[in-house]
Amino acid sequence: MPVTAVLILAAGTFAIRIAGPLLRDRVTLPDKVRDLISASATVLLFALVAVSALTNGKSFGGWALAAGVAVGGLAAWRKLPFVAVIVLAAATTAGLRLLGLA
Amino acid sequence: MALGAAVTGASFGAISVGTGMPWWMPVLMSLLIFAGGSQFMAVGIVAAGGSPAAAVVAGLVLNARHLPFGLAIGDVLGRSPLARVVGSHLLIDESTAFAMAQKDPARARAAYWACGVALFFSWNTGVLLGALAGQAIGDPMTFGLDAAFPAAMLALTLPALKDAATRNAALTGAAIALVATPFLPAGMPVLLALFGLLVFKKKEEPCPSPQS
Repeated sequence: MPVTAVLILAAGTFAIRIAGPLLRDRVTLPDKVRDLISASATVLLFALVAVSALTNGKSFGGWALAAGVAVGGLAAWRKLPFVAVIVLAAATTAGLRLLGLA
Repeated sequence: MALGAAVTGASFGAISVGTGMPWWMPVLMSLLIFAGGSQFMAVGIVAAGGSPAAAVVAGLVLNARHLPFGLAIGDVLGRSPLARVVGSHLLIDESTAFAMAQKDPARARAAYWACGVALFFSWNTGVLLGALAGQAIGDPMTFGLDAAFPAAMLALTLPALKDAATRNAALTGAAIALVATPFLPAGMPVLLALFGLLVFKKKEEPCPSPQS
């Protein structure tokens, strides 16, 4: 991750944030646009989850990886604490690899 | 809630360092960007071999949701230029929700600033500690850290997936991204997932029913 990319993302994010308070008197967003913006955040995050859980960037990423993320997802769904989600996911994948599963 | 932010931050710091970043990189990101979802997103894309440009674009689309937040709370920050500049940096999902929950403007302002400042410190402290601890962890593959990353993001996304329209769009988008993955450079398939929004249709609800 180059520092330039971090700076651009930071500057862009700040511009988005301060635009609201500054443009408040002049701009109103239709509900539809608002819903679309909020959905796009979820769509992007979930797509990255799918790609990084199931692939290595090119082809299938292996059962150990997929199973680990699935266990983590199950833990999150059962409302386990965030740390538990992460530790369970990592431990499942590491354990399966230790057993020889790719 | 501040504790939760610290824990999430620590995970972000540790996992980022696990992908091969120097310890100060996640710390710098957290101080300057201060938006957890986009930080996870950017690191995830770059770790998967995607271009930094794709990471920046995805992060910015993710943070676009702060625009309606800012329009909604507006004067809660205070009207002086300094209050607006500093206050805007603290504009996150949580501080917005806290401010919106208050009817009285003075209390809304107090809630916004208290929440924003508390989360800024706990998030950044968590990231720093996590990044330092992450250096002690060896090869991320042996420890299953590559599974920790998507699991963390899944946990962050899960509440929003309860909404049927959002869920349909997310599932469609994920399918598009998966199909595109073998053919496109890393990072691009995730951006392509935005086409999943074509199936996004919010149900009109004239008045929310009490039993739902």
